[in-house]
Amino acid sequence: MSALLEAQSVSMMVGGATLVDNIDLRVQAGEMVAIVGPNGAGKSTLLRMLSGDLRPTKGRIELKQRDIHGYPPRLLAQHRAMLSQHVNVTFPFTVEEIVHMGAGDSGRATAQRLVDAALAEVDLAHFSQRQLPTLSGGEQQRAHFARVLVQLACGEAQHGPGLLLLDEPTSSLDMRHQIDLVEIAKQRAQNGTAVIAVLHDLNLAMRFADRIVLLHRGRLAVDGGRAEAITAETIRRIFEVDVRIDYTDQGVPFLLPQTMRPVGAP
Amino acid sequence: MTAVTDAGAKRRSGYALRPPASLTLLCLLAALAGAALVALTVGAAGIPLTRLPAALGLWADASASPTLARDQLVLWSIRIPRIGAAAMIGALLAASGAIMQGLFRNPLADPALVGVSSGGAFAAAAAIVITDSQIGQSLHFLQNQLLPIAAFAGSLLTTIILYSIASRSGRTSIAIFLLAGIAIAAIANAGIGLLVFIADDRQLRDITFWLLGSLSGATWPKLATLAPVLACTAIACVSIARGLDVIVLGEAEAFHSGVDVERLKRISIVLVSAMTGVAVSVCGVVGFVGIVVPHLLRLVIGPAHRLLLPASMLLGAVLLVGADTLARTIVAPAEMPIGILTAAVGAPFFLAMLLRQRGLVSL
Repeated sequence: MSALLEAQSVSMMVGGATLVDNIDLRVQAGEMVAIVGPNGAGKSTLLRMLSGDLRPTKGRIELKQRDIHGYPPRLLAQHRAMLSQHVNVTFPFTVEEIVHMGAGDSGRATAQRLVDAALAEVDLAHFSQRQLPTLSGGEQQRAHFARVLVQLACGEAQHGPGLLLLDEPTSSLDMRHQIDLVEIAKQRAQNGTAVIAVLHDLNLAMRFADRIVLLHRGRLAVDGGRAEAITAETIRRIFEVDVRIDYTDQGVPFLLPQTMRPVGAP
Repeated sequence: MTAVTDAGAKRRSGYALRPPASLTLLCLLAALAGAALVALTVGAAGIPLTRLPAALGLWADASASPTLARDQLVLWSIRIPRIGAAAMIGALLAASGAIMQGLFRNPLADPALVGVSSGGAFAAAAAIVITDSQIGQSLHFLQNQLLPIAAFAGSLLTTIILYSIASRSGRTSIAIFLLAGIAIAAIANAGIGLLVFIADDRQLRDITFWLLGSLSGATWPKLATLAPVLACTAIACVSIARGLDVIVLGEAEAFHSGVDVERLKRISIVLVSAMTGVAVSVCGVVGFVGIVVPHLLRLVIGPAHRLLLPASMLLGAVLLVGADTLARTIVAPAEMPIGILTAAVGAPFFLAMLLRQRGLVSL
């Protein structure tokens, strides 16, 4: 089966530094992939290349068997949606207006239905008429997630399963909304969307991702299921932290960082 | 009164309460009609409302008053072209301010403030001095054909320089943008000063007119220059309204949402330059219209450009017709340059916006 997204030995060099070094990645429709790694590993850069925003200095990225830079922006937006890490809105748009921006040129009725559904899904229906800049960081992040969901839904209605990219989508969310967001993304994957998310929380990644891609200093260190990607040994080697991996009663692994010195020691 | 206080409380807590679009536009149209009516009647030669219909030729007055001929002359050759020019220039300046603020994602951007108008005025002044002394063309030809083109070219160049200085890898620094604008305005003003220095008496009179800004030179041929530019830019505004909305998310996010960002930037820059340039070529540098009008409107109707751009055009027209009426009556029979008037009102307004952004005062 051909992949929905395929990155062929992509590299990104800026100045003399290599931010992303010769990475191959194939993601199928219906798959949920988590990209993890320490700060500066090249996760966001890789994601921005996969979105078509950054052009790799070497290598090639194909979305649905077509060079991603061959798509005009409007068509590309119908095949892939991306949630960036920091979006700062200066003008007093309402939450609803911001989410509407995802709908592009879809019909008014369809757009409104999708917007209402997405706002309910991210638990912001009661804030639809609030001005976005007056909301908290986490609430704004959820509004932007709703916008991206609308964009994805509009595109998939026309072209079938698309690509959903999430760059640290849970960074300013409380625990409940972190889980909500990742569950929504997981549910999209189960409906056929290819989901790639940069996640910091390894427990969230292990809980929801079908595959984990571990980056280290711009290189792909591990690409595999959670059992092979996340081991105490790789975490120690790459994150330089001692961890204990345990299992819940349902057999889901979880990870507990061990402090370098005993708690309470000076 | 509970409804009103509820509304106030809701607005304060961040809820947007916006009037319907059609109501907004209707109110603005009514305001424009009112301002034009006042502007028609007052002035050095007052024409009372009762004599207005006859003078406009709306109905043939059997008892033709002795003042009819004079009224008609004043209206048709001076006042109407002047009101038309004020309305169109107000519309151009306000809309170009709104576009620039959308593009730079900051409510403090204004073509006059950041030197785009000065760049246009410098190019126009240079055109006067160079062609007048080299070719000896009649100024009449110059003012209607060459000056708008020169001013447009000057504004375009200024905007492009400004944009390339302030933007770096998809991010625009508003501090660098404003400071670069000040520097560019200083360069353009130095250039104008140099031209003033080398100009002869006749050229000097024409150049001084740009420095102060005045609508007293408005004539029918100038309206014929303004009208097509206004019509074309108004149509173009429709095509960029959605892009200007989405670019508020940032250039990368706008691209992710399907906006052709490079195309949007090119169209916006050309539009801002054309609108500012042609306005400058007719009435000189008139500042702050582009900053006051969109800001006031955003408070009431919200920032969505589909409505903000046409509403800015209408309110800009109302504001400039009113300001021009004031300018020609406040020190009658002399006339105050309109640029001074808009700066006197607009500059404190701008300071208030600045203070508000610093969070020192709440308006």
